Amino acid sequence: MLAYVVRKVLSAVPTLFGVALIVFILFNTVGGDPTYQMLGRHATAKQVAELRHEYGFDQPQYIQFITYLKQIVTFDYGRSYATKQKISDMILDGIGPSLSLMIPAFLVTTLLSLGLALLVAYFRGRWIDRTIVIVCVFGMSLSMLAYILFGQYFFAYKMGWFPISGYEPMWPERIQYLILPGLIFVAVSLGYDVRFYRTAILDETNQDYVRTARAKGLSEGRVYFKHVLKNSMIPILTNIVIEIPLLILGAFLLESFFGIPGLGSMTIDAVHNSDFPVIKAMTTLDAMLFIFGNLLTDILYTLVDPRVTFE
Amino acid sequence: MADPISSYPPLVSVQNLVKRFPVKGGILSREIASVKAVSDVSLEIFPGETLGLVGESGCGKSTLGRCILRLIEPTQGQVFFRGQDITKLGPQEIRKLRRNMQIIFQDPYASLNPRMKIEDILEEPLLIHKMGKTSADRSLRISKLLDMCGLRRESLVRYPHEFSGGQRQRICIARALAVEPQFIVCDEPVSALDVSIQAQIINLMQDLQKELGLTYLFVAHDLKVVEHISNRVAVMYLGKIVETGTAEQLYQEPKHPYTKALLSSIPIPDPTYKKERVVLKGDVPSALTPPSGCHFHPRCPIAQENCRHTAPDLREMGKSSQAHLASCHYAS
Ligand SMILES: Nc1ncnc2c1ncn2[C@@H]1O[C@H](COP(=O)(O)OP(=O)(O)O)[C@@H](O)[C@H]1O
Ligand SMILES: [Mg+2]
Repeated sequence: MLAYVVRKVLSAVPTLFGVALIVFILFNTVGGDPTYQMLGRHATAKQVAELRHEYGFDQPQYIQFITYLKQIVTFDYGRSYATKQKISDMILDGIGPSLSLMIPAFLVTTLLSLGLALLVAYFRGRWIDRTIVIVCVFGMSLSMLAYILFGQYFFAYKMGWFPISGYEPMWPERIQYLILPGLIFVAVSLGYDVRFYRTAILDETNQDYVRTARAKGLSEGRVYFKHVLKNSMIPILTNIVIEIPLLILGAFLLESFFGIPGLGSMTIDAVHNSDFPVIKAMTTLDAMLFIFGNLLTDILYTLVDPRVTFE
Repeated sequence: MADPISSYPPLVSVQNLVKRFPVKGGILSREIASVKAVSDVSLEIFPGETLGLVGESGCGKSTLGRCILRLIEPTQGQVFFRGQDITKLGPQEIRKLRRNMQIIFQDPYASLNPRMKIEDILEEPLLIHKMGKTSADRSLRISKLLDMCGLRRESLVRYPHEFSGGQRQRICIARALAVEPQFIVCDEPVSALDVSIQAQIINLMQDLQKELGLTYLFVAHDLKVVEHISNRVAVMYLGKIVETGTAEQLYQEPKHPYTKALLSSIPIPDPTYKKERVVLKGDVPSALTPPSGCHFHPRCPIAQENCRHTAPDLREMGKSSQAHLASCHYAS
């Protein structure tokens, strides 16, 4: 088991290296020279040369790439162009607000969508199934912006139930600012999750071994809970686990519209300001977390599915 | 094989069974048509015999087998088991009846729960039907099942994916036998297996039949497979039985042109033997829009004008005491 985990982690290293290379090429070669952006149109050649030296752009590409790899390993991405703050500090500061929005919203979404999926899969084809699926498709088709604008206008401005936007680092004052964006997150994600879980469950319902279970003389309820659910939990768990590391990154639009100082709004700000080091750090982090999520699900598979071995 | 004692009342009797599947379409999934997978089938299966059920893929064999066990609900018609009309039973009573009627599916890979050990697969039916008071009683019964089906004790702690196809089918057989049923629907139990394994499994099923006095409905898609195991054979085409008789009658004197065609596609090992080759024209028509009149007429070598309009009934063909029925206007 331990050997398996180590092997899996090691096998992620080349992937990570490849991702780093692509990100590097995108930012350093395709992205163009950021110094003109920073100094404006009327900068003198001398100013440009000084700045290029300060940021190391005058060094050969391979040296710059090694510097970037060092940054990844040491989690030290240098300073932001815009705020001159250390990027690693900015990231650490952003994680807290992001997670305090995302963890509760993710938990509620997961529990609610699992419950609904169980219900509609059990009553598949009946009116309750059809109604919920239609509502889900409708909910999925609306843009998140529509939810945000409606929520802020109706629930915050008209009804006054929540603040329109803002943030407070203190507990429990923080909570009031998180409820509306959290609910919007649930509303936006629910449709997709319910449909995904419903399909995962129904895929199992049509398997032969479920017929075998019926032929044994089990009641429908027992067939459903003992045979169908246990097997459909494999794709469902995978879907859940792969999302967990990405929660850290927060929700871009929600944080930005609701003024929550998490990693999401930090990234949006960086994009507005062409703050390349920050965007690069976030892109790298995103890729790393995604690889990590995949790693987790691989390991989880071997634990829950007897067909997958440690080989 | 000894003749079945058909003077006994039949163990299973199917009367005018019809199964329609709705075909849904449109955004509101309304029923827009229906497939008549089984159309007006009647048959009898006597205690201790094997009835072979043969027909091309898609002709409704599995549907018929599952309707007989009420794993799916028949649209019309009756199924009598030991004289009792089981189409009237509620879900509770049907579950009790599973002790007496079992099924072995075609695909031994898909029909075992991949997350259950063999031990649990075999114990579950015993628990459902409260057979064996203590776990010691049950494990005794389970090891007996393993012996009967030629499986080793070590198998118990393994998962289905660790076995070959043949071994898995043995596990499926053991699972079906666990509750001591009298009647088993064998739905193409060897079709998914290598030819070399098929004979082993068929032999095992024959031995078990003798030992336990089982009654089989043995489904296959070609006549070759059921030749040696069946006492009687029924040939199905597009949801209907087109010929039925004893194995001897059917193989020696086939009456329906479809049966003749199926038989002529079986290779005969004796090169000096000359037989008339009947080659089937075209594909099986869709069950959704079956041909008018006799369903077989578009592919039939002897079809006449009236075959297009009038569906033939099953009628007696032979002169012997054993029934030999075929549904063809021109067979004799
Ligand atoms: N659950 C179902 N829904 C709709 N049509 C079905 C269903 N099961 C079977 N059919 C149709 O009924 C016909 C007979 O199928 P089946 O009994 O599986 O044939 P066989 O076992 O002889 O290959 C086919 O045309 C098939 O498409
Ligand atoms: Mg079939």
